[in-house]
Amino acid sequence: MSIKRKSRRTIRTRRAISGYLFISPFIIGFLAFMVAPMIQSIIMSFQSVSLSAQHGIVKTNVGWANYIYAFTIDPDFNQMLVDEVVRMVTHSLATMVLAFMIALLLNQKFKGRALARAIFFLPVILSSGVLVGIETDNSLISGMKELISQSNNINFGNALFGLLSASGVGTPALEVVNNLITAVYDIVMASGIQIVVFLSGLQTIPRSMYEAAEMEGSSAWESFWMVTFPIISPLLIVNMIYTIIDFFMKTDNLIMEKIHEEMFINLKYGFSSALSWIYFAVAITMIAISAFIIRQGVKHYE
Amino acid sequence: MNKHMTGIKQEGFWARNRKSGGLLLRQEGKKKFGSILRFLMLFGLCFLILQPVLDKISVSFMMEKDLYDTTIIVVPRNLTTENYTLAAYLLNLDTSLINTTIISLVTALLQITACTLAGYGFARFEFPLKRFWFACVVLVIVIPPQTISSSLYLHFRYFDILGIFTKLYGAPLNLKGSSLPYLMLSMTAMGLKNGLYIFMIRQYFRSIPYSLEEAAYVDGASTLGTFFRVLLPQAVPILVSCFLFAFVWQWTDVFYTRLFLPTANTQYLSIRLSGLAESLRTYVSTRLGIATPSVGYTMQMISTGVLIVVTPLLILYLFAQRFFIESITTTGLKD
Repeated sequence: MSIKRKSRRTIRTRRAISGYLFISPFIIGFLAFMVAPMIQSIIMSFQSVSLSAQHGIVKTNVGWANYIYAFTIDPDFNQMLVDEVVRMVTHSLATMVLAFMIALLLNQKFKGRALARAIFFLPVILSSGVLVGIETDNSLISGMKELISQSNNINFGNALFGLLSASGVGTPALEVVNNLITAVYDIVMASGIQIVVFLSGLQTIPRSMYEAAEMEGSSAWESFWMVTFPIISPLLIVNMIYTIIDFFMKTDNLIMEKIHEEMFINLKYGFSSALSWIYFAVAITMIAISAFIIRQGVKHYE
Repeated sequence: MNKHMTGIKQEGFWARNRKSGGLLLRQEGKKKFGSILRFLMLFGLCFLILQPVLDKISVSFMMEKDLYDTTIIVVPRNLTTENYTLAAYLLNLDTSLINTTIISLVTALLQITACTLAGYGFARFEFPLKRFWFACVVLVIVIPPQTISSSLYLHFRYFDILGIFTKLYGAPLNLKGSSLPYLMLSMTAMGLKNGLYIFMIRQYFRSIPYSLEEAAYVDGASTLGTFFRVLLPQAVPILVSCFLFAFVWQWTDVFYTRLFLPTANTQYLSIRLSGLAESLRTYVSTRLGIATPSVGYTMQMISTGVLIVVTPLLILYLFAQRFFIESITTTGLKD
């Protein structure tokens, strides 16, 4: 009896139904806690929202006012956005290069490799959540830091910077480099996952390919560009996207702080929604652009 | 015998070197130089990562006056554990440790359950709109939770399902101040970085040969039976590592915790830690009658607090390091 009933549905539909059952928690969550709030948030970004004890949420439509306010009236948003994007571009490029280099080093055979790997992955734990920027988080210390950096500018980095800019190296480029050197700690702390991803890619390259390349007379440098790089290149996109997302979602970045402040301290729900949508649009654009560029660069290997 | 052997080798090297016209020496030298360079670079970078931690450890055992003594750099002169006692008090360690452990365990468990189901569904079944739903998973990875946080917050502040609660109680429910919203998010794979876990678990399931399940189906196992008895045991490594990630990230998370969990009557380590400087200030001004603690002292207490919060995670990492790193290696993250 039961066999007869089952056979009425084909295996394919049964598999499809079980597939849907398996992903149903995700679908429910996605619709209820992602799509719904997203739509609400888009609507809210065109509204002025206030909370009151008697009426609950009071919303009034204001059109594009929140967006216009963000770009034209708000004193620091534009500057913050530009700063963050510049910082993101330089940081994520530096992260990729550094992570790739470290992965290459860790892929070689030497004593203490396991220990080195363990240490390089440690930042994934040490730079998560609150632990990021906890030291600079309170006003007392950040005020103090400013004072220190104003009064005492004879450290090595600054001295070098002064020397180089006096000798006529292009200042904007120099500034970028200088910022990167100052941020090297942040970059190392942000590259734990990327290193492991690259490492996993490197380990899939069979030893014989290098041997073949060597037989053909290629140097180590050549076999890096001819063997290693083409095989790793698909991982560049994965890592780049991960890096950008990671950068944008860090709670210590200026815009995230601003959004948080507008929402929970100034209670401007509409305005903060508008800010986060602008921010999201920027993030998506950056991801799309970098994925496109990398794909163009990688294309001729495929 | 042994000496004799090395003697031959030594001679052999120079003899061979002469024969090769100095090429061998150059090659060996290059290799040595490379490994020294590698050591220096790796040592430098490892030091960069570990130095702040070591620094915190040394500072946390110092008395305040050691901070101002210029002859003391690393080793404290007046060894004390006072800082730990005070930091534990300021963190409200007993309650917040228990709360954090419970919430991290529970949410990690729920999240991984939901993510495993979804990951398996995406890896093994063909159904209409599969690509669309998978694109949604990618969307979940890409959208910063901050973007929707304000409306999600209001969503739970005035919670209602299709107007049912308004009919029943006359007003929507206020779920702010209970941990229910966060549990609901976790159950439906919408917690912290859950999209990433779905992706990783799916990759892992795809790497398991399909013939395993076919054999089970041929033997008459049901879909669920196959999943639980054949696939899950195979996927233990990735599940453990995703669980560990979820646990660790929840442990230190402030964003979701502040947004959804009741912080007024219960305490969490991450929240207490982020407010440590403020609570130190109130402690100092009420107990000792000093208006503000010195910057150095505040930093010292924060360092101690960070160490207390991180120590359980470091111990966990020490034992489960294999899972953290291998998970990413085996999923390959390609395709």
